[in-house]
Amino acid sequence: MERDWPAAAGSPLAERAVPDRAAPPSGAPAGPGNPLVGVLALQGGVREHVQAFLEAGVSAREVRSPAHLDGISALVIPGGESTTLMALVRRWGLDSPIIALAREGLPVWGTCAGAVLLSRSVIESEHDDFDQACLGLAGVRALRNAFGRQSHSFTQSIAIRGVDGPFPGVFIRAPLLQPIEEDPEILCCLDEGPVFVRQGNLWLSSFHPELTGDDRVHRLFLRGSGIAAATGR
Amino acid sequence: MQREEGTYEVKLGHAQMLKGGVIMDVVTPDQARIAEQAGAVAVMALERVPADIRAHGGVARMSDPEVIGAIQKAVTIPVMAKCRIGHFVEAQVLEALEIDFIDESEVLTPADESFHIDKWRFGVPFVCGCTCLGEALRRIGEGAAMIRTKGEAGTGNVVEAVRHARAVLGEIARIHSMPAEELMTAAREMGAPFELVNQVHESGRLPVVNFAAGGIATPADAAMMMQLGMDGVFVGSGIFKSSDPERRARAIVEAVSRFDDPGVIAEVSAGLGEAMHGIEISELGDGERLARRGW
Repeated sequence: MERDWPAAAGSPLAERAVPDRAAPPSGAPAGPGNPLVGVLALQGGVREHVQAFLEAGVSAREVRSPAHLDGISALVIPGGESTTLMALVRRWGLDSPIIALAREGLPVWGTCAGAVLLSRSVIESEHDDFDQACLGLAGVRALRNAFGRQSHSFTQSIAIRGVDGPFPGVFIRAPLLQPIEEDPEILCCLDEGPVFVRQGNLWLSSFHPELTGDDRVHRLFLRGSGIAAATGR
Repeated sequence: MQREEGTYEVKLGHAQMLKGGVIMDVVTPDQARIAEQAGAVAVMALERVPADIRAHGGVARMSDPEVIGAIQKAVTIPVMAKCRIGHFVEAQVLEALEIDFIDESEVLTPADESFHIDKWRFGVPFVCGCTCLGEALRRIGEGAAMIRTKGEAGTGNVVEAVRHARAVLGEIARIHSMPAEELMTAAREMGAPFELVNQVHESGRLPVVNFAAGGIATPADAAMMMQLGMDGVFVGSGIFKSSDPERRARAIVEAVSRFDDPGVIAEVSAGLGEAMHGIEISELGDGERLARRGW
């Protein structure tokens, strides 16, 4: 079942009031001037991203199967649990099509667990037998739970290249994103290491802009990917 | 650039990242690994699953820290643990163990007959059970960052979880559509903080993530709770009391991720072997009804 949410003002999802699964309004087809962002909707913080993109003036679609990837202008892999997301991406046959689309240049942004999935490899310090699969796309090594368990999850005001002024960083059992190739551009770095990295069409952030009600990073992703919002605000 | 750990925002956010997921009760590191490999978003580290707590009788308490520590070492996904209602020192111990989420749970024997834990004093997030909206908002008022239905744990019978989910969702719809001048009276009648009632009125939803729990035993049970409007599910005894826990665990995860596709539910439900036997609720004596604990 496809769920397209048009960006039109007054869309029910434009308000915080809407359950995750309200009946979708009928969507206009994606195309130039009407970009459609797919949000992988297997588990995790899906609705928050959908809402942030609507507020940024573009349409959004929940992606649950390969057919939902048709016609999207960009893809977001949300936060959630990375082992769960990877298992489900494989189970529903989304791994190969996502890898193919990303290699063809589709803009893809992973937040937290989504960034772990986009990385080339995943490491973790606490468990000896750690071996986690990922999509292996970006020249980045993800260090999972780099700041510790939930009691060390934190908020911190951060500086992001391309975003004016401080941004509220929300870090939840967050990874560090260490570039292992020359070209990834570091957009934000804490004392411990990089937390926002871009390599061409691939964007990886270890924090959660979708939880803040501040859509500046969503707009940065759209602008930096050459996707114009239908309605500027 | 000041860093602040354990804020309410990161507690709520952690719960948001569990949405669309399955949280599984486990009693050994091996079970925890099976749960993780099946795609659980978190595990609940216990000494006994609720079905065995029922069978065992006596006072049920927080698990041995050794059991919890062994499970934390076995998996990279979040590890939750239960403390008794009102037992703030058990909660302090769980926080010291760096548990990722504390369940102040009616499945254990309550330690305080009047008061739940003041959850604002903790940096670790809490999930609490509820049977109705008033109870959910009281727990949120005490600082809970996540709510679950109580259901009737350890029975393999989903009927109570359905009752509690429908009660909460029905009351949310009623408050949402209520004229503003009726809210104060509604808050008084529900015994809920007015500010939170007002938030539900304006948003039409709970201010925190809301999972289903208690008696979920099959992929169809889990998908039904999702279609009713829950954000995710806890599965307690339903997995490791079944004949093929590995397959059942995976099937429930898959059913929750595609809960609105009956073809998928049919496919993942096939050939799972026997579900846990289960208990008809009317066969339980009043003293055995765990959902009646807490207020």
